[in-house]
Amino acid sequence: MLHLTLFLVFGAVCLAGAINLLVQRHPINSALSLVAVMAALAGEYLLLGAEFVGAVQVIVYAGAIMVLFVFVIMLLNAGEEERTRGSHIALLIGVPGMLTGSLLIAWVLLHHSGTEAVGIGALPGPPKALAQLLFHDFLLPFEVTSILILIAILGSVVLAAKPEPSQEKEN
Amino acid sequence: MTSEANLHLSWIPLLALTGATVNGFFGKRFSRSLVAAVALAFCGAAFVWALVVVSRFSFLPEPVYSEPFAQWIQISGFHVEFAFFLDHLSLIMLLVVTGVGFLIHIYSVGYMWDDPSFYRFFTYLNLFMFFMLTLVLANNYLQMFIGWEGVGLASYLLIGFWFTKDSAASAGKKAFIVNRIGDFGFLIALFLIIQHFGSLNFTQVFDAAGRLPMETAGAGTMTAVGLLLMVGAAGKSAQIPLYVWLPDAMEGPTPVSALIHAATMVTAGVYMVSRSHVIFERAPMALTVVAIIGTVTALFAATIGITQTDIKKVLAYSTVSQLGYMFIACGVGAFSAGIFHLMTHAFFKGLLFLGAGSVIHAVGGEQDMRKMGGLRSKIPWTFWTVTVGTIAIAGIPPFAGFFSKDEILWKAYQSNWVYWFVGLVTAFITSFYMFRMWFLTFFGEYKGDADRHDSHGNDHGHGHGHGGVHESPMVMLVPLMILAILSIIGGWVGIGGRFEHFLAPVFQTGVEAAHEVEPHSSMEEILMLVSVAVAVCGLALAWLLYVKKPQLPKQIAEGMGSLYRAVFNKYYVDEFYARLLVKPLLLGSTNILWKGVDQGVIDAALDGSATGANEVSDSIRHMQSGNLRSYAGWIAAGAAAVIVYMIWVGTR
Amino acid sequence: MVPLHYYLVLSGILFACGVTGFLIKRNIITIFMSIELMLNGVNLSFVAFAAHWHALSGQVFVFFVMVVAAAEAAVGLAIIIAVYRTRETLNVDKVNLLKL
Repeated sequence: MLHLTLFLVFGAVCLAGAINLLVQRHPINSALSLVAVMAALAGEYLLLGAEFVGAVQVIVYAGAIMVLFVFVIMLLNAGEEERTRGSHIALLIGVPGMLTGSLLIAWVLLHHSGTEAVGIGALPGPPKALAQLLFHDFLLPFEVTSILILIAILGSVVLAAKPEPSQEKEN
Repeated sequence: MTSEANLHLSWIPLLALTGATVNGFFGKRFSRSLVAAVALAFCGAAFVWALVVVSRFSFLPEPVYSEPFAQWIQISGFHVEFAFFLDHLSLIMLLVVTGVGFLIHIYSVGYMWDDPSFYRFFTYLNLFMFFMLTLVLANNYLQMFIGWEGVGLASYLLIGFWFTKDSAASAGKKAFIVNRIGDFGFLIALFLIIQHFGSLNFTQVFDAAGRLPMETAGAGTMTAVGLLLMVGAAGKSAQIPLYVWLPDAMEGPTPVSALIHAATMVTAGVYMVSRSHVIFERAPMALTVVAIIGTVTALFAATIGITQTDIKKVLAYSTVSQLGYMFIACGVGAFSAGIFHLMTHAFFKGLLFLGAGSVIHAVGGEQDMRKMGGLRSKIPWTFWTVTVGTIAIAGIPPFAGFFSKDEILWKAYQSNWVYWFVGLVTAFITSFYMFRMWFLTFFGEYKGDADRHDSHGNDHGHGHGHGGVHESPMVMLVPLMILAILSIIGGWVGIGGRFEHFLAPVFQTGVEAAHEVEPHSSMEEILMLVSVAVAVCGLALAWLLYVKKPQLPKQIAEGMGSLYRAVFNKYYVDEFYARLLVKPLLLGSTNILWKGVDQGVIDAALDGSATGANEVSDSIRHMQSGNLRSYAGWIAAGAAAVIVYMIWVGTR
Repeated sequence: MVPLHYYLVLSGILFACGVTGFLIKRNIITIFMSIELMLNGVNLSFVAFAAHWHALSGQVFVFFVMVVAAAEAAVGLAIIIAVYRTRETLNVDKVNLLKL
């Protein structure tokens, strides 16, 4: 019972944050609602017994990535969104498509709704088991992602750097 | 029925073909004399070898000789081979074709000397000889058909020899197309023969046909075959209704008219009908049709000949008329009489055409008889030889035409007096218009203008303003003289039924002759006198109208009014055909085939596919709009599609 | 006891919201945030299934997804900054020079 209630509470916060992200016009508001969504999701993870993931979610996702987002919004001084005519296609085809997809998924899920319940904290194992898995079976992806991060760092530094001073002097 | 001796028959057509090939490939580089020498050498060699073959043939035990050459079609149960075949009938044709052909080759050297396409002419001429010899020496219908088509081709090439002239090119096309209609009938006849007899070989077909009974009901396979063969013969030999190409064919050079449209190609139809006599004798209805066609054509063409003013057209209609005679003969079963007339006709009609060519050459290219006259003293050699030809064709003894024409009339009388009567009337008309031509050309005052230097005629190479009316060179006159001699003595081989006896081995197989060869009966002698009298009456009438009282023809013409005009315009047959057949065909092929199918379907399909590709890519191009949100929209839609698919597959 | 499909429905809804935001929003940063939302929804689904099947590799996968999301966010924001420098706008509809 408690499990269900907690699930519903966190779920409601998630949904509210997601819908608020869509509705808000200023990106900073959207960013803050996203933070709320992530926090709620961390709660969901804890309910499922994935403590490590929940912690990482808060630290990395909400703590680092969203902070980065907020930095950029403030750096660029993004204002309220203008209402420009964009593309018809997005509204004509994209939204119905998305609706179709989600409704279908919902339908499938409801058809197979006879699944067994997930207990609270159902996931086995301490972080130690996770680390075993990560550094034994998934070592290659781990190393590759570290290289990926390295490349991402380099790339973002290069992309976001100001133009060379010598070029500026010439201009 | 092969004999041990090898007569090398195949050399005869092959010599002609070699001449054509040599002149065709290399003639452009040769000098005129060399081209002429090559052409004459090969044609002459063919003629000489033909004589050798004939003499050797006479020593063979059997009057038939067959010489296989190569295999052609070999399907189970159906064989066709290339082989050469000689019997008395093809012997006569062989000698006529090579002999008269050789003489005309010699004549052409002189006639075409000034023509820039000299070598091309002789190439085509030799090619024609090759095909005609293939036709005559064939031992099966398919090889004959090759020759048949080939002479049609050569005729087209030669009629349209001066192809830069519109009328000549059109005349060539007309000849070929009308011929093709006849060939269609011929082909269907061949198919019927194959279906019925399983072979196209003459001996096999005629042996099998000989065992069939007569078809008296007027229907049946033999009748069908006979009628269809007659369609082919009508096309090739210019009978009603497919004669319209022959007068137009006079656009070609005169030696062509002489060789092809008088002596040889047009007689191919008669030869084919005679060769197939076994089939025809089993189908009396077909024979009747043949006779009727021949009769009507003879009279019809003769009436048109009365009013023509172009000297070559007169001779063209005369040819059609004389061919009608040959078909009358075949139609009443007197095939040997038809072949006899074929032979004598080759002599005197070839002579007449060559003589006309000589006249045209003399007056610098003018072909209208109203602008001639009084040439008797200026071109005496031509005059005398043409006179011989005219007397021969009119049927006055002892010249050749009398014997053959009389033979036909006698046999026609024995069958049905109507044929005889129409033939008699036609003989009268023939005599009349031939002597009319004679008088108009050679007598009276010269009305032309070749004496002045600005004459330009129809015949291309003859506007050479030599200055004045002049006699032709010897190279043209010698063939005329030889043909004149032949026109005199050529008929004597038929005296006393010798000709018929000669051809008896050919025509006596199958149904026994409808009547035996009788010695002269008194009826026959009376008829002979009647026909001579009629010919003389024609001469007299012509003399009256064109020498004694030259103002009469005009008055008669005006008096007859529309009848005269109808005859003068060839009974409007060409216009009728144009309205009935040509115009709808042209309309149909323009609107349906060209605009409808070619442009509408084929071109449209190709253009349409190109345009379609263009339009499709044009519309798809807008997908790349640079707009991020539309990309997102497409991605979402695509993802939805994938999800749908996976669910669908998953739930199956 | 919460049935599995509740988690999946929540995950689906989050994903759908992410897609909708991607389609509707005009500010590029907001679009990026919608992408992050999508990724989060997927993460939830992974963890739910991992719990359902008692398999730890689901969590490991979430781990990798987060790493990639971080990298992608960093690079993407760098690109946004670079685009802002030249185009002076954050409106996606105005950045459409790459068209045929």
